[in-house]
Amino acid sequence: MITPTPALELRSIDKRFGSTVALTGASLCVQPGTLHMLLGENGAGKTTLLRIAAGLERPDGGTILLDGAERRWRSRAEAIAGGVGTVEQHFGLVPTMTVAENVALAGPGALTGFSPRRAARTVEEISTRIGLSVDANAVIGDLPVSGQQRVEIIKALAKPPRILILDEPTAVLAPAESLALYEWLRTFVDGGNAAVVITHHVREARANGDAITVLRRGRTVLEAPHRGETEGDVLRAILGEASPGSGLRAGRHAESIASHGDVVLRATAATIADEKGVVRVREASLVVRRGEVLGVAGVEGAGHRELLRALAGRLTPQTGTVEGPDAIGFIPEDRLREALVADFSLTENFILRASGRRRGRIAWRTEAERTARGIAEFDVRGGGPATLAGALSGGNQQRFVLARECDNSPDAVIAESPTRGLDIRASAAALQALRARAAAGAAVVVHSIDIDELLDVADRVIVCRGGQVREVPMRADAIGAALVGVA
Amino acid sequence: MTSGLPRVRGTAAAVFFASIALVAVCIWAAGYDASRAGSAAWNAAFGSPFAFFSGTLKRATPLLTLGIAISVAFRAGVLNIGADGQFLAGAAASVAVALTFSSWPRMVLLPMELLVGACAGAAWAGGAAVLKRRYAVGEVVSTLLLNFVATNLIGYLVRGPLQEPSHSYPQTPQIAPAGRLPILLPGQRLHWGFVIAVAVAIGAWWFFQRTAAGFRMRVVGASPSVAYSAGLIDVGAVQARALIASGAIAGLAGCCEVAGVTYGLYEGLSPGYGYTAIAVALLGGLGAGGVVVSALLFGALAAGADGMQRDAGIPPEFASIAAAMMILGMLIASTVQRARGAAPAPIRSDAGS
Repeated sequence: MITPTPALELRSIDKRFGSTVALTGASLCVQPGTLHMLLGENGAGKTTLLRIAAGLERPDGGTILLDGAERRWRSRAEAIAGGVGTVEQHFGLVPTMTVAENVALAGPGALTGFSPRRAARTVEEISTRIGLSVDANAVIGDLPVSGQQRVEIIKALAKPPRILILDEPTAVLAPAESLALYEWLRTFVDGGNAAVVITHHVREARANGDAITVLRRGRTVLEAPHRGETEGDVLRAILGEASPGSGLRAGRHAESIASHGDVVLRATAATIADEKGVVRVREASLVVRRGEVLGVAGVEGAGHRELLRALAGRLTPQTGTVEGPDAIGFIPEDRLREALVADFSLTENFILRASGRRRGRIAWRTEAERTARGIAEFDVRGGGPATLAGALSGGNQQRFVLARECDNSPDAVIAESPTRGLDIRASAAALQALRARAAAGAAVVVHSIDIDELLDVADRVIVCRGGQVREVPMRADAIGAALVGVA
Repeated sequence: MTSGLPRVRGTAAAVFFASIALVAVCIWAAGYDASRAGSAAWNAAFGSPFAFFSGTLKRATPLLTLGIAISVAFRAGVLNIGADGQFLAGAAASVAVALTFSSWPRMVLLPMELLVGACAGAAWAGGAAVLKRRYAVGEVVSTLLLNFVATNLIGYLVRGPLQEPSHSYPQTPQIAPAGRLPILLPGQRLHWGFVIAVAVAIGAWWFFQRTAAGFRMRVVGASPSVAYSAGLIDVGAVQARALIASGAIAGLAGCCEVAGVTYGLYEGLSPGYGYTAIAVALLGGLGAGGVVVSALLFGALAAGADGMQRDAGIPPEFASIAAAMMILGMLIASTVQRARGAAPAPIRSDAGS
């Protein structure tokens, strides 16, 4: 069989942002007439790769080939002219304007000779041509998210592309809407075009795609054009097999023989929505006891984030209840956005915890001493109580947050991806610290994307998937299967 | 904890002197004698005890109190552009109280004026605070628009209910001596409002550095997401309180101005004090100590502008140009420092712990 010329090919693409390496030698090969799925965890480089293909970023190295011919996009407009259309994750729509106006705004000559009637006619033409219905005169702000996405697709198709790129289109859609989108994409690629879709969901990728590419840490780790791979293969490619190897497992089994204590955290039929009001967890029930570590597995958007935040008292369930102690240590995934003020001193950052409940005066000298003790206990290096938090390295910032959140022996500690961005040593130290909290009598909940890490640190593991929470056996294959929903 | 401070000081000083130098160039380019302007300004600001106390310090008084008012809001991340309106609300309420209860003894009347003035300022800001908290209306727009409402309210009061008895001038009668703030130094025009202003500055420093409530405001101003997630702080409530406190201090400034300087209400009572105070607060790095220094500099600038006009015939608008350049300079400096990854200059505290 002769392989046709790929519609779009990206070869050994490099991209750095400052000192951060986003892509190193990443590649992607999309055949004409196919729906190509791009998978990878947060920060794997998926969006960056597709932004390069769409002319939104320029690569530091590597080549872009369109139908076998090398291209260098200087702008998104050039890519669109060359036949590459994009639907970004965050919509670029003006909420107070109509569909027709938004489409006209994106088109050529937007600033010269706008006629509302002509714009509406254009939208109707496109929407009949591609078979996506939308009211040209509707105001964007009144449309549901799926409707807004349709408008983005229509915008991308105003100048008919041969390759359509969609960044996590189903993240904002209900299951039925996702189904409709994939049906439409199927007719789109059957017409000889190609589409690239970013998703986090292995199941979704396998069910709808013709080919799969997986990125991990800026590299292409799996290219599977013929569906020869299993779900396990894909999942392993996404998550990687490297484990911090903290050696906790051996020591733990001895202590876990002793039965655990009273219930500290309890969720009863809790339905939890995220900050935007989208329900992420449905009727979850669980208990966490004194002295145990509960591991939580889940791929992005599975609801584990909302579950942990509800347990930590940072989100209130819509229905059902979540009960927990007053003193809860919470270690968020994004340290600098949610845990630390970079230009506050370590002492100031230390007393920040639960400062909403503090009254009266602050005795700085005492607090500085307390901070110094926490710094020593958790081996935070690179500064003392007066050092600015922003001056510490990432690993030491994480140690510092652990020190703060474990201070005063809270009854529960909840950690979101506590090893994210840490090297092997710092990861092991973080997990050991959490284990030590449990040994000291706290209920500990840890989310991690790394299955081996969960097996290392946890006594039991639950898996979040599509808003459902389920306890699974402590085996890598069982967790992996539950993550993708096969078991 | 003071590592950010020398940087702010250096930047502020550089911006201040660069602005003065640029204005000197403008004066020269406009065909005036810049050196004569400089000596006239210096004499009017620092040339004699009278110049210093009755010129510089008297003029620095409202700017200091208002600068602290602005910094209280800004440090909590609330951009209160309405100090001018809150100042006028406080002034109007104080005058109304002083005129109504003119026969009361000073020991009762004066504290009541101050209290009512602060409450009126707080209420004026409170409107914007409620709009922000309940309906998510941006405080920049609401506080700014309330300034125009306050200006016109003064216009109505001095032509209507509070107009002087002869009804010929758009102003109130003078308040009784019992309702006036005493003069601080005999023979000078500096009044007790200056002491109040300094006390407010010290109080603000103590509040931000020593109390949990002040610390919360600093956290909210530095990062609302950290405040909520790590601090379990009710960000909206803290910001509303900061805005109301800011309004109360601005109202107090209004009261001190009418009870210490003008003894009455008239249109144009505030020549844009509330806006100049933004420059004062930013130049002072939003810290109490810095605001004291920058208020003194701005007081000297205002006194100097008077002197330039009187003795060298140079339009006082040049002083406004200097103030505007200082605001721009501080904004540029803080943006540049942030872009370079340094601590944002004006938000850095003068923490001493």
